[in-house]
Amino acid sequence: MARITYVEFNGTAHSVEVANGVSLMEGAISNGVPGIDGDCGGNAACATCHVYVDGAWTGKTGTPNEMEDAMLDLADGKRDNSRLACQILASDDLDGLVIEMPETQH
Amino acid sequence: MATQPSLGAEAPISHTVSREDYEYVWPLPPRRRPPLKDYSAESLREYLATAPLDEVDIADPMYWETDTHWTFFKRLRDEAPVHFTGVNANRHRGYWSVTRWADIMAVDTNHQIFSSDAHLGGITLFDMDQDFIMPMFIAMDQPKHDVQRKAVNPIVSGSNLQAFEALIRSRTQEVLDGLPRGEEFDWVDRVSIELTSRMLATLFDFPQEHRRKLTWWSDIATADPEVPGNLQKEERQAALLGMLQEFMGLWNDRVNDPEPKGDLISMLAHNPATRNMPPMEFMGNLVLLIVGGNDTTRNSITGGLKFLNDNPAEYAKLRANHGLIEPMVSEIIRYQTPLAHMRRTALEDTILGGQHIAKGDKVVMWYASGNRDERAIENPDAFIIDRPRARQHMSFGFGIHRCVGNRLAELQLKILWEEILARFDNIEVVSEPERVPSAFVKGYKSLMVRIPA
Ligand code: FES
Repeated sequence: MARITYVEFNGTAHSVEVANGVSLMEGAISNGVPGIDGDCGGNAACATCHVYVDGAWTGKTGTPNEMEDAMLDLADGKRDNSRLACQILASDDLDGLVIEMPETQH
Repeated sequence: MATQPSLGAEAPISHTVSREDYEYVWPLPPRRRPPLKDYSAESLREYLATAPLDEVDIADPMYWETDTHWTFFKRLRDEAPVHFTGVNANRHRGYWSVTRWADIMAVDTNHQIFSSDAHLGGITLFDMDQDFIMPMFIAMDQPKHDVQRKAVNPIVSGSNLQAFEALIRSRTQEVLDGLPRGEEFDWVDRVSIELTSRMLATLFDFPQEHRRKLTWWSDIATADPEVPGNLQKEERQAALLGMLQEFMGLWNDRVNDPEPKGDLISMLAHNPATRNMPPMEFMGNLVLLIVGGNDTTRNSITGGLKFLNDNPAEYAKLRANHGLIEPMVSEIIRYQTPLAHMRRTALEDTILGGQHIAKGDKVVMWYASGNRDERAIENPDAFIIDRPRARQHMSFGFGIHRCVGNRLAELQLKILWEEILARFDNIEVVSEPERVPSAFVKGYKSLMVRIPA
């Protein structure tokens, strides 16, 4: 179980609990957190779950694989700490993680 | 019946005929069709319900013009989800049909094995004309695809669209305010084409008074030269060269501007990745952007009205709650699936859905079928405007070739329905639509409607 805080582009924060093994995209959608669409259902194939992860956490969240990288490349507002939320699975290690959302999903 | 063509005569094949072995002739050999008493929707539906799966060439435009393909796709999904069609291979070389959501997703996201390259035939079931190859970024693989796509990406980014919203709204209002009341008219011509051509002219900064040329080019780019009434192959190529010439004029006007303006032509002319494109590649990308911005939205605009008329309870729900426009827009795009398929070419031998796909095989992802796959979508044949997770449909495709203009399309449809509901309590469809005879563009030629006086 991890408590994840999703911060919308306008600064509104939503703090929800996501069960271990569930992706952070699913965690947002099933809890009604706006700003993440998840159009492909979590296949790293749509890039509508684009988020920014604080650099201090990358050791725990891992880094994107080739497919994720290619998709992120097509997203608006890509940054060095961009990730697809569907490719990060919640675990006890991620308890307290804060992720920010881009202005829009594309 | 002895004089009817027999579908058993062709030598059976189980893989796509290679381009080297394929003897290309134009016009293509006549299409083999099942020996039916007539080819009405009723007869075709009945035939498809029990026909041997191997006998059916679902790429035949008659199944699309009559809207009868559904039964066949359901059978494929249940009985042969990855299925090879050899009938009429002397026309299309033979192709695999992929019909389940999960298998389509697997193909669409595997860019290493499934290529979009124009030089292998491109992204539609029928190969691009080999003497008229138009490279375009949708028909390219990585890395070139990514660079070119990124050159146009900004114009349809979320933040840029906000700038377009007021303009789209005022145009929509103008078009809707000009509609007659109490009299029949063609929704496709007066609304769907009108709105999409105005939008497209804006994106290209193309003279508005000539916007219908864009519609025309879009239509001929995808029209089957064999269908009676359509341009012949040579005429079609000449028309596209004419299009290229007009756009070269715009390009030349804009390439020397100190800064690129916000239109697509300026963006392509100024971006280092695209500014030195050979003419055929420029033409290819134009066709892509015109068809992509035109046919798809147009047919979703038409489809939405038709679906609401077919489902009066949903129309009533919408009238009672305008907040449903947003999920409805996604549902319309799923239900319409304006591009019925995308095609890939296998770059190596592979296994898909238990079938052996050989290097060089054509693999057709039938989005129209994936969007009705009951394994992925609950009650998929129903049009439900407040469907949970309505955004999860495959009409935009997945992976690196996913539709770049999806947000713009959604915005156009959303504004249209907001403005329709603000004006008209009802728009009645008065007769069955006339459909486009194409296994690629799934759309409407006309839809007669009436707005009560
Ligand atoms: S949900 Fe589609 S990329 Fe994450």
